[in-house]
Amino acid sequence: MTSVLYALVFLLIAPALGGLLAGVDRKITARMQGRMGPPVLQPFYDVLKLFEKEHVVVHASQNVYVLSYLVFIAFSGALFFAGGDLLLVIFALTLAHVFLVLGAYASASPYAFIGAERELIQIMAYEPMVILIAVGMYMVVHSFYVSALATTAIPLILYLPGVFIGFAYILTMKLRKSPFDISTSHHAHQEIVKGVTTEFSGSTLGMVEIAHWYENILLVGMGYLFFAFNPLLGVVAMIVLYVVEIFIDNTFARVKWTWALKSIWLVTAVFGLINLGLLYWRA
Amino acid sequence: MELLLFLILFPLVIALLMYALPEHALKHLLVRIGALVIGVASVYLVATSFAQGAVFSTFASEPTGQIMFVIEMLMALFILYMGVRYKNYLTVVLILVQSAMMIFFETTYAEHLTAIHNLFVDDFTLIMTLIIGIIGSLICVYSIRYMQVFHEHHPEVADRRRMFFFVLFAFLSAMFGLVFSNNLVWVYFFWEVTTLFSFVLIGYTRTDEAIKNSFRALVMNLLGGLGFAAALLYLAAVPAAGGIIELDRLIGAGQAVALIPVVLICFAGLTKSAQLPFSSWLVGAMVAPTPVSALLHSSTMVKAGVYIIIKMAPILQGSLPGLMLALVGGFTFLLASAVAISQSNAKKVLAYSTIANLGLVVACGGIGTYEAVWAAILLIIFHAISKSLLFLSVGTVEHQIGSRDIEDMEGLIARMPQVATMMLVGIAGMFLAPFGMLISKWATLHAFIDARFGLILVAIVAFGSAVTVFFWTKWMGRLIAVPTPQKNQERGVGREELGVLYILTVLTVGVTLLFPLISSMLIEPYVLASYGKVAQLGQDNVIIMLLMLFMVLLIPLSMLYYRKDRRHLAPYMGGRATNADMQFMGTFGVYKSATMHNYYMENLFGEAKLMKVGVALCTGLIVLMAGAVYAGVWL
Repeated sequence: MTSVLYALVFLLIAPALGGLLAGVDRKITARMQGRMGPPVLQPFYDVLKLFEKEHVVVHASQNVYVLSYLVFIAFSGALFFAGGDLLLVIFALTLAHVFLVLGAYASASPYAFIGAERELIQIMAYEPMVILIAVGMYMVVHSFYVSALATTAIPLILYLPGVFIGFAYILTMKLRKSPFDISTSHHAHQEIVKGVTTEFSGSTLGMVEIAHWYENILLVGMGYLFFAFNPLLGVVAMIVLYVVEIFIDNTFARVKWTWALKSIWLVTAVFGLINLGLLYWRA
Repeated sequence: MELLLFLILFPLVIALLMYALPEHALKHLLVRIGALVIGVASVYLVATSFAQGAVFSTFASEPTGQIMFVIEMLMALFILYMGVRYKNYLTVVLILVQSAMMIFFETTYAEHLTAIHNLFVDDFTLIMTLIIGIIGSLICVYSIRYMQVFHEHHPEVADRRRMFFFVLFAFLSAMFGLVFSNNLVWVYFFWEVTTLFSFVLIGYTRTDEAIKNSFRALVMNLLGGLGFAAALLYLAAVPAAGGIIELDRLIGAGQAVALIPVVLICFAGLTKSAQLPFSSWLVGAMVAPTPVSALLHSSTMVKAGVYIIIKMAPILQGSLPGLMLALVGGFTFLLASAVAISQSNAKKVLAYSTIANLGLVVACGGIGTYEAVWAAILLIIFHAISKSLLFLSVGTVEHQIGSRDIEDMEGLIARMPQVATMMLVGIAGMFLAPFGMLISKWATLHAFIDARFGLILVAIVAFGSAVTVFFWTKWMGRLIAVPTPQKNQERGVGREELGVLYILTVLTVGVTLLFPLISSMLIEPYVLASYGKVAQLGQDNVIIMLLMLFMVLLIPLSMLYYRKDRRHLAPYMGGRATNADMQFMGTFGVYKSATMHNYYMENLFGEAKLMKVGVALCTGLIVLMAGAVYAGVWL
């Protein structure tokens, strides 16, 4: 059921696409703020430059964790685009994020430490919704395999509107956008510097950035599944969703972690669970 | 069949020798030899009888039955004496009622009830045999040195090691008896033996707290025993039951006949496996020396509770009481996992994690479908290995650094590299892909989605797993964060102690690696025999999991590269002046230490608050379960 070719294509193309997405993101953000913004290719220049920097660490072990983070993010994305089991994709993604957190802990810096704790809160906040997405799709299509979900003729979005709202809600956090960018952010963080990534520099920081690109493409792919019955609609929906996320990023101020946790769990329970409950009742 | 008797009696012989012989190096040798023999015999039993379905033995009921009854009465007298001596009158009442029931049973019904098949072996039994025989005996070996050091550190505690090792081995004997017995009266006998033994072990140090907690464990388990005794009386007294006295006949009897006694037995299972509202006894049990916790949590005691519930699963399947039972397990999983966030005492975190995982097993048992049973057995196996590893490594760490608080384990990877690494493997084994417990949780998710009303449990697993990630990862974080240079504190850890930890670490990884084999050779035949259907993980997913496992094991090798030519800098401290120990330099030469502490979120996940909710909720569910049985609403 899984296709190695698609996995390889993802591994090669996703960083390019993810980098471009980041570039467009920065451009649109700049325009929303009335600036010109950097060239669209700027994220690539930034990352390439990072790889030319000096090797500096607090503890060498932090790099092992960051490498694991990158490897497993890429792995889960490859598994997704190969058409693998969606639950396994989610578990691999969790493993990847745990590695990032461990990398932050291993650097033993107070700012990274608080970032790590907050990153864990983020994982705890969005994880239930992510699992419910897979469960919801299974309830409609009766398969966990992305290959089946991506080729189904059933309009998933019509069966899972609540689940989609839940997905859109946690997407803000997964994309590290305001108001849920509590552990680290593309914008400056006043109280915890750069949070999780405070002590990562040079090629290590570059790896974090590339992992982020991989993950964003994976997330967009996950959202696409809701519209997979009509590929064109799917692409348009994802573009709209991403622009909305950028808009939210630029309009909302960062919230406290308790509020983030509670509101995400509430949305998961209200939109996610009620949607699934109705589906169940109907069956 | 001789092998079954050997496995029940041999640990007992060793136990008696432990009691008879004085403390001596030769006695330690005896522990090792005994453990080795038990382990080898368990493996031999499995090697010779796997995938053959249930094999029954016509081992004679008499005079074994009478001997058991006499021992049971002696135990009751002992418990009565202890109850009176420590003025715990609830114990006295419970043991009197229970004994009266059993005397009534023996005098009125026992002679009309004769079991033909008293002992049996099937593939589930074999799995339990491996868990008891290998993990149980490893814990015995570990205890030799642990108890030595324990008494050096605690001169105020009376040295009762003879009794300790007696109970340890006798416990294994009782557990073997429990899983080999097909005669329900025998199962009940061994059930009560484990109750008594855990009471004795928890109270080992005889401090006020230990005595209080041991009585709490006793009272709760006696209450469960009451349920078991009631089930026996029901089966004997109600004509519809037709005098069923054998486990296999009970399970094969169908819901109409068996549901009431099965629910009663499952109630006993709930108390033994420390589900809400009875979870507090297991948390209290941590006052005992750490090997006791390891034994109770991983291979014995609580596993007896879930063993019996999983055995009853075919009867519970699709019934309202079964659903209530599943919800008790589900809410226990959710709430115990959440409470674990607020705990910094390592043993307490482990205790709540055990309660949570057993909750998941109970939920599977209550759902009772073939997929659920398959998932439950996986959970039992993986949990036993990882949890014993974690308890024993916490025990070792406690002896070296003098604390079992997770906050005090900061930088343990530098202080005790070997033990900390093994602890990390154990923790990863509890919740991370691609390790065992995650595979099991995945299986439970599959089982719940396909079950009736399973959606509630799916939601519980989704939230519960997320919470689990939080408390395990922050513990790992403590171990690997090394803010200041540390001295090695690993010297002084016994080689044998370390050896046991190494074996358990290898088992944690190895069983994950071999799990498809274990599933196809032991679990699937059992599920197939019970349900005629079989559950398994897709071939491609197994391969992907193995691929992930290899990646997790190989990536740390990159350390060889990262270790070289890096410039090391101090962490960013907000631009303030600090020294090498990460202390802020103030004016007048005053140094202020920077410290980091994990989040415990007491106001969100506080123990008192959540447990109150849990006790109320799960008591309500149990009342509903009883009501459903009483009113005959079976769904």
